[in-house]
Amino acid sequence: MEAYVNLFVKSIFIENMIFAYFLGMCSYLAVSKTVKTAVGLGAAVIFVLSITVPINFLLDTYLLKPGALAWLGAEYAELDLSFLSFIMFIAVIASMVQLVEMIVEKFAPALYGALGIFLPLIAVNCAILGGSLFMQQKDFAGVGESAVYGFGSGIGWFLAIIAIAAIREKITYSNVPAPLRGLGITFIITGLMAIGFMSFMGIKL
Amino acid sequence: MAKENQPTQKPTLFFVNKEKEPLFSKKNRALLSDPMDDNNPITVQVLGICSALAITVQLKPAIVMSISVMAVMAASNVIISLLRNLIPNRIRIIVQLVVVAAMVVLVDQVLKAFAYDVYKELSIFIGLIITNCIVMGRLEAFALGNGVWKSFLDGIGNAAGYGFILIAVAFFRELLGSGKLMGIQVIPDVAYAMGYENNGLMLLSPMALITVGIFIWIQRARNRKLIEKN
Repeated sequence: MEAYVNLFVKSIFIENMIFAYFLGMCSYLAVSKTVKTAVGLGAAVIFVLSITVPINFLLDTYLLKPGALAWLGAEYAELDLSFLSFIMFIAVIASMVQLVEMIVEKFAPALYGALGIFLPLIAVNCAILGGSLFMQQKDFAGVGESAVYGFGSGIGWFLAIIAIAAIREKITYSNVPAPLRGLGITFIITGLMAIGFMSFMGIKL
Repeated sequence: MAKENQPTQKPTLFFVNKEKEPLFSKKNRALLSDPMDDNNPITVQVLGICSALAITVQLKPAIVMSISVMAVMAASNVIISLLRNLIPNRIRIIVQLVVVAAMVVLVDQVLKAFAYDVYKELSIFIGLIITNCIVMGRLEAFALGNGVWKSFLDGIGNAAGYGFILIAVAFFRELLGSGKLMGIQVIPDVAYAMGYENNGLMLLSPMALITVGIFIWIQRARNRKLIEKN
């Protein structure tokens, strides 16, 4: 249990998708003009990350890893399909996003209304593919750990986009130098926030 | 890979082209030069930021990354542009993802075979070219509606604009952060003896964001029509 909590905290604060690895920056910059849309996109990212990371973990362990096909029989034990992992992961993500969109539309129309336009955007959000690729690199012990990692990374991304959206709403009232308005100042603020987040690196887990 | 295609494609394309537009007409040259400044993928279109920031600690991975992105963009732009009349609109995103992913796997395997140390350094960021919005963005915005040769030029041009920012950021971060360029020390030992210190903060990730922010500032101060309202 303790290991899960540690992993959770680590994936939110210390290895924050945005501030430590800059994953999903494109949509982070494009959709952070108001808090309301930021919440929608952030929630959709949490949702998709916590589904796709465990699924890709299972795929990786039972299909792609060197020796992963051993369960099929001894003659398959030598196979190494890891070069296929990019295509497999992106296919899982794209189809999962499509599936999630349909399920949400059917069973939770209100949520669909709120997330609607953001769900398709997520297929090409680097944070999602990044989550799966980091999962592959980290060699998790089981599905539970990978699920916790996916969920935690999603929450970290959610926090980051809400924080920057709130700051950007306020900054419209300040007198920013003209060439720096919009994109430039957002970059610099994100940089300063990232310096702030680096203080979490001191936490020993 | 992209450059090898060029000479073999030239003659066929030249005869297919009915309007007899010269290969490097003014319009086509603009496709190459616009992304360098007025329409830069990173500072103006805001595409492909993720990798631009994460791998710019040193010059060498930044250069390898730019070349990889250029190969992927040129190849996938050409393929999608060839297929553009065959792809049903509803499933175009998945088709694009598969084409890009296949190209990225090629680049990944080539790097693994011929430049293993850089491959290790770039780690997951090669894979992330798939979701690099710059590739998808140009496929959607350009290759789906334009001819093969133009899409090829657009791919090369945008990848060059992307690479330009990447290399510029990496240049300053490596120079100020570790006093080296391409792994070779350029700041003389005398300077260290006189009390010069490397700025360790430049090596940390936040400074990549701030460096790009400053680049945007400089570019928009020179080119005032890019200034946003708010």
